[in-house]
Amino acid sequence: MLSVRDLRVWYGTERGPAKAVNGVNFDLMPGETLGLVGESGCGKTTLGRGLLGLLPRGAFVDGDITFKGKPMPPLGSKEHRALRGIELGMIFQEPMTRLNPLMRISEHFEETMQAHNPDISKDQVRHEALEVLRVMGIPPTRYRSYPHEFSGGMRQRLTIALALVLRPAFIVADEPTTALDVLVEAQIIKILADLRREFDTALLLITHNLGIVAEACDRVAVMYAGRIVEVGDAREVFRSPQHPYTQELLRSTISLGTTGLTYIPGAPPSLIQPPPGCLFHPRCPHAMRVCTTQHPVPLQLDDGQRVECWLHGPEDQIPSGGREPMVVREELSLADEA
Amino acid sequence: MASIRGILAPFRETTGFARWMLLVGVVIVVFFTVLAVGADWIAPYGFAQQSANGVDFPKAAPPGDGHLMGTDRLFFDVWSRVVYGARTALEVIVLAVSASLVLGLVLGLISGYVGGWIDRVLVLVMDVLYAFPGLLLAIVFGFLLAEKIGAGVISAAGALTVIYMPQYFRVVRSSTISAKESTYVEAARALGAPGRTVVGRYLFGNVIHSVPVIGTLNAADALGTLAALGFLGLGIQPTDGAEWGFDLSRALEDVTSGIWWTGLYPGLAIVLLITGLTLVGEGLNETVNPVLRKRRLRKITVEETQK
Amino acid sequence: MAAQSGSLPRYIVQRLLLIIPMVWLLLTLVFLLMRVAPGDPVTASVGGRLPPDALEARREALGLNDPLIQQYWDYLSGVLTFDLGKTITDNTPITDIIKENGGATLTLTVTAMLFALVVGLPLGLLAGRYRDTVADGGIRIFGIVTYAAPIFFTGILLQLLFLNVFSGWPLLGQSTPITEFSVETKTHILLLDAMLAGDSEAVVDVLKHLMLPAITLGLLICGIFIRLTRVNLLQTLQADYVEAARARGIPEPKVVRSHAFRNALVPVVTIIGLLIALLMSGAVLTEKTFAWPGLGNQLITYIEQRDYAAVQGIITVFAILVVVISILIDIVNALIDPRVRY
Repeated sequence: MLSVRDLRVWYGTERGPAKAVNGVNFDLMPGETLGLVGESGCGKTTLGRGLLGLLPRGAFVDGDITFKGKPMPPLGSKEHRALRGIELGMIFQEPMTRLNPLMRISEHFEETMQAHNPDISKDQVRHEALEVLRVMGIPPTRYRSYPHEFSGGMRQRLTIALALVLRPAFIVADEPTTALDVLVEAQIIKILADLRREFDTALLLITHNLGIVAEACDRVAVMYAGRIVEVGDAREVFRSPQHPYTQELLRSTISLGTTGLTYIPGAPPSLIQPPPGCLFHPRCPHAMRVCTTQHPVPLQLDDGQRVECWLHGPEDQIPSGGREPMVVREELSLADEA
Repeated sequence: MASIRGILAPFRETTGFARWMLLVGVVIVVFFTVLAVGADWIAPYGFAQQSANGVDFPKAAPPGDGHLMGTDRLFFDVWSRVVYGARTALEVIVLAVSASLVLGLVLGLISGYVGGWIDRVLVLVMDVLYAFPGLLLAIVFGFLLAEKIGAGVISAAGALTVIYMPQYFRVVRSSTISAKESTYVEAARALGAPGRTVVGRYLFGNVIHSVPVIGTLNAADALGTLAALGFLGLGIQPTDGAEWGFDLSRALEDVTSGIWWTGLYPGLAIVLLITGLTLVGEGLNETVNPVLRKRRLRKITVEETQK
Repeated sequence: MAAQSGSLPRYIVQRLLLIIPMVWLLLTLVFLLMRVAPGDPVTASVGGRLPPDALEARREALGLNDPLIQQYWDYLSGVLTFDLGKTITDNTPITDIIKENGGATLTLTVTAMLFALVVGLPLGLLAGRYRDTVADGGIRIFGIVTYAAPIFFTGILLQLLFLNVFSGWPLLGQSTPITEFSVETKTHILLLDAMLAGDSEAVVDVLKHLMLPAITLGLLICGIFIRLTRVNLLQTLQADYVEAARARGIPEPKVVRSHAFRNALVPVVTIIGLLIALLMSGAVLTEKTFAWPGLGNQLITYIEQRDYAAVQGIITVFAILVVVISILIDIVNALIDPRVRY
């Protein structure tokens, strides 16, 4: 339903363009939840916002996007913005400040629905809204309350309800539970997981928490320095990660069985002056000679996963001697900030 | 000072208007400072001088003919009074703002850091002072101080100090309280830093960056209040010095007879200097306050996208 | 943590009760201030005009020979019974002064505030909306200059302007003597009385006199509103809920209107409360400039005569008014902003 090819988002700085998103490709089916994971600063939030046209003015955006079989208008254009609410939705990170403190919840719903359907009556709005709120677990008696009368978790449910009320086909959820405590987080994730059943929505779930991905996502895409380095079925990727970065990520998650802390040495690369070849090679434990000179080619593996890593080939593109190991690990040096 | 460096850095990033405001403001303030400091050399006559070289000055003469801005009904030269007025103005403001700053800062730091009943009492007193209509308070204090120590620079400055001290007190106190609770202070304390260091280095440094903004805006306000006091006859007497507000009160009668120069020039001086101080304050505010700062993204050129 | 919004009545009561301690504190401050000066008030004001025993009699009558606590009690109880004593210089009951001149000050301040709101708020919103354009710059400069110019100077300028352009336009006072004598005094507010009497000529006359002083005072306050609404709007435009509204597909003009503008204007009510003090000080100066027969003018006259009793009385009234109005504004604010009620 959603097909993204060569999406780029660049920010202009004095030292040159910062390539926050640099050639991202993925597909999304209706009712499917795609998790997008990566470290802070890898570009996942920029990607999510870019798809909704919520980037600051002056950002350069480009890409070929097909939505519901038709090409999507250029990101950020007026036609693209017209899709917001009705076809595209967004759930933000901090629920505390995403609702207008002076407006009742009912007014929020009325405004949203009337913006897309000016003739709709308040009763119809109420009907639709209460329906969605019921799914979210919010009682009808609170329909006319003000935002500050709700806790953080409930406010997030409210914003989810608001995003859903027009039944958009595609929703981006940008770290929806990062600001909430663990118990509430579990509830919200369950709600998001049920979305595909209830509303058949395609969901892009952006998070840095791998546990959530395991819970709620059908597929997962791993992002690093503006590119998707691995994407595939969530369970498969977790069971046998193909990209060294994914492997390191999984190794560094902490669980009850953790006895020692592993971390990935070094820091994410500068987006203005990225390293030559594979962007991950300075921190990769399996780096080879070819990785330092040539950018890996995306490769479709047998079990449906896609990965960008010279370890998997394609062989015919690796020069002779390219497979020689050449580990260039940087210790925790000062990150000159991207 | 780290705070000055801190102010100048974002200054470069902001767009034209804030920088322009700051520049114009600084120029104006410098101009009046020059007038004030060099009054003895710049003004052609004394502020209460009624004749020169044995020749009496004309009464209420329009500008021209040896009197750049004309003369008033008391035979004084208007331009000279404007110049000396700058001196009076700056003397009083500098005195008042520094005094209220120091008092407010000290009391605010103590109140915020120590807390307890000292804090409550001080807050109450300051709130009451703050709630009182500023000018009325100044009137009352100006009135009383004038009786006690004679109307003059000190009494005017004293009245102004009382009005403005609560503002500094409040800001300093709330910054102190929030800094006191903050984690870096906690960390310093955990490392064993003595109270003195905590207050001195962390709290003070944190608070100091908002002071220039408040200080200049205060100075602007103080000047307005001083002029008002002068207008009401509670400020400097005409024989002790020149004061723009007082000159304006005398100009009231002149208006109906069509004499405009006795009121226009002192009035313009007040407006200019207050505007100058305000521009400096607002300009600083724009550069220091991150909410108001507008960061710009450079546009990406077509060649860059080909790379 | 969920909470009910039914605590509004409780909030109102809390606020109203707060009036008492605040007024008391202010009154104490006024009392102490008036007693701090050296010498005695009677000598200071009428010293040269009466023989010594008459002076002494006055002092006795004013209670100046009583112990301080006694004087304090007399003062407070006087205020509670609306008896503010009499002036030293002309033996007029101060409450009479308030009654006769309060209306003029009221007319002036209310009109000025209305002017400031009608002109200042839209200009401030415009400046914020079209930030860094010429309009923004122009409006901001206008706001800065109107606030920088002392009221009496603005008044003088307006007088000079009207003298040269609209000669014949009244520059001083509240009305011509004819109007003053012909209108029957019912509410002590001349404009209202003229309207009640159906005397259109008188009404026009008062309005003509009112225009310059009201604009003068209004411009001062206007500058503050401009600056304030502009800054508020800049902040609300960047607010998270504004971005969330955009993400839901609300068209930009509607977002700016219903979210940014509306939320930016809410603090205005609180600011009006804080401006009451400024309004009063400004009124005092405006009244002197235009010979407007209000309380401010009276205050200045009595200050010049060193009439402590009169000054104390008028300042007392001002202080009480400031507190009461501030509290009322707090209550209005609670009605508008649902967050405030706890």
